[in-house]
Amino acid sequence: MIKREKLLEIFTPLLAVIAAFLVGGIFILIIGQNPIFIYGKLFSGTLGNPYGIAQVLFKATPLIFTGLAVAFAFRAGLFNIGCEGQLYIGSFLAAYLGFTLVGLPGFLLIPLCILGGMVGGALWAGIPGILKAKRGAHEVITTIMMNFIALALTNYLIVRYFHMPETVHTQSIALVARIPRLSTIFPKFSGSPLNYSFFLALLACFIVYYILWKTSLGYELRAVGLSPSASEYGGINIPKSVILTMAISGALAGLVGVNYVMGYKYYFEQGFAGGVGFMGIAVALLGRNTPIGVILAALLFGLLSFGGLIINAYVPKELVEILQAIVIIFVIASSKPFRDYIMKLKKKTLAQGIAGTSKE
Amino acid sequence: MRKTFPIGLVLLLTIALILGCARKEEEVEATLRVGLVFDVGGRGDKSFNDSAYRGLEKAKEDLGIYYEYIEPGEGSDRESGLRMLAYQNFDLIFGIGFMFSDDITHIAREFPEKKFACVDYTVQPGREIPSNLAALKFREEEGSYLVGALAGLLTKTNKLGFVGGMDIPLIHRFESGYKAGVRRANPKATILVGYAGVTGEAFKNPAKGKEIALSQYGQGVDIVYHASGSTGLGVFEAAREKKVLAIGVDSDQYHEAPGYILTSMVKRVNNSVYNTIKDTIAGQFKGGVHIFGLKEDGVGYVYDENNRDLIPDEVRKKVEELKAQIIAGEIEVPRE
Repeated sequence: MIKREKLLEIFTPLLAVIAAFLVGGIFILIIGQNPIFIYGKLFSGTLGNPYGIAQVLFKATPLIFTGLAVAFAFRAGLFNIGCEGQLYIGSFLAAYLGFTLVGLPGFLLIPLCILGGMVGGALWAGIPGILKAKRGAHEVITTIMMNFIALALTNYLIVRYFHMPETVHTQSIALVARIPRLSTIFPKFSGSPLNYSFFLALLACFIVYYILWKTSLGYELRAVGLSPSASEYGGINIPKSVILTMAISGALAGLVGVNYVMGYKYYFEQGFAGGVGFMGIAVALLGRNTPIGVILAALLFGLLSFGGLIINAYVPKELVEILQAIVIIFVIASSKPFRDYIMKLKKKTLAQGIAGTSKE
Repeated sequence: MRKTFPIGLVLLLTIALILGCARKEEEVEATLRVGLVFDVGGRGDKSFNDSAYRGLEKAKEDLGIYYEYIEPGEGSDRESGLRMLAYQNFDLIFGIGFMFSDDITHIAREFPEKKFACVDYTVQPGREIPSNLAALKFREEEGSYLVGALAGLLTKTNKLGFVGGMDIPLIHRFESGYKAGVRRANPKATILVGYAGVTGEAFKNPAKGKEIALSQYGQGVDIVYHASGSTGLGVFEAAREKKVLAIGVDSDQYHEAPGYILTSMVKRVNNSVYNTIKDTIAGQFKGGVHIFGLKEDGVGYVYDENNRDLIPDEVRKKVEELKAQIIAGEIEVPRE
């Protein structure tokens, strides 16, 4: 019975995605295009060649980080809406270290920059954490506000102090701080900025899994998530757990900068993330707040994001956004109906089976 | 109901399949295959990007080219979009906007057999522009200077406004030209300045544009100049509401709020796109920096039957004098 439940857990999102594509097909028909042709382009362009696959993985990388950040906080009962701001601060710090500490060797500078990204994100998320723990300020509101501050602050720093003439980005980080692209070992990926950060993202998933389900700290955090009052009664320090949760969540979001600053552009560019912090919320929800689910959901959104670019020559960009939104809505709204429907089918066959045996 | 829905879906998709099989993928005969990647504002901003689009359309009609375009979303889409076009059989690829400068330089080096062009390209010291890349640069400050002078001569309250999109050096150039023009024409005038934001979103936020413009009009401003993509549509909305004037940017924006648009500072991105295509077809594509200022008729202001009544002849004459002086190099318009 438990197994069947697990199976449902996997199959409902899958069915929802298929249903979303069908409904998306209707929209494609409405604008006078052929859904099969468009979907064919979408899938052949993304999964039909090594470059497309690499691009999907590249697009998925930041989404894994932010999805994981949201999922982690959610497990501990907190809504981190502030990933966008946290990743900007983290990325800026990573870039800053990368272009100021130019004398350092790579084996020191790379970990330092990664750490800088994590610290930046952790600090930015830690402030709402402290406000929540000490003052009871709701983290949804404070993290949203911190987003605005982060965007304005980084823009101010860039435009007034750190920008290269006539651009909105900083100077480049040291050569040794650059994270190699995967195309250096797999030449077929050439052209795609997919880099080792992808493995860092997978590693982060594993670490989050380990912390949450294999350590006593994770047990505490999850207990707080399930029932704060009960866990407080059980002797858990709630304020400490709230601050810690937010800091870890922010650190995960801060890692987005590793992919973009250290693995792709080699500088911090204002507005580079384009909302991946917010997409992280959808990724976490779609992935049922589990590390594996986050990876799968991030891959799906990576596919839609890059696929959207491919079919953009035939359909307006808005259509891809509609498709993404439909997927999210379907997955979130359909989990219950689908489950009920399958359960009903099961009951029916079970009943038929019983009826059949009784006749014999 | 529950049953008819899935059946209807399947039917629809079957029809689509049949239609799809019936239609062959058309092979397009074209003089040139052109690809274009838009800026953040995207198509339909009635301003910068649409101006580029008009250039494409005109080239299709007059010169018989085939084109495809891409509207990128987040940061990395710009490079992916350029690269996708470069992989396919396009001859000439445009990047619309200064944000493309780095990516298009790299990709032009990677695909030396293809031709590239970038509007508002950022020239950086120490970076050589590949010979297959045309950097199309405009002197926005010169056009802004003229509309600034015009506004300075026509204001009744001696208060003028400026609404910028993203708070970045490129837009500061519009602002500084405008301010210099106002000061030259009317030293008593004060100028209120507002920016819509600090990310690319600031170029497509009409609600914010309206809010800033309303606050400026509320403080006694009677003419607002915007350089903010589709955010400016909100500025026009505010002008219409308050029954005052606004100045458009990039394209002639008269038709966005007829009667309330004093003039528009036109940046002829369409001409630059069109001419680059034309040169390429004629085999005369030239890499390197191309500057479009008042002298080259790359920027200017609108004066036609729509707004003639708003601009008295003596005012027009003064502005034209300034224009001649800029072209002759007698006036140096500040860029920052």
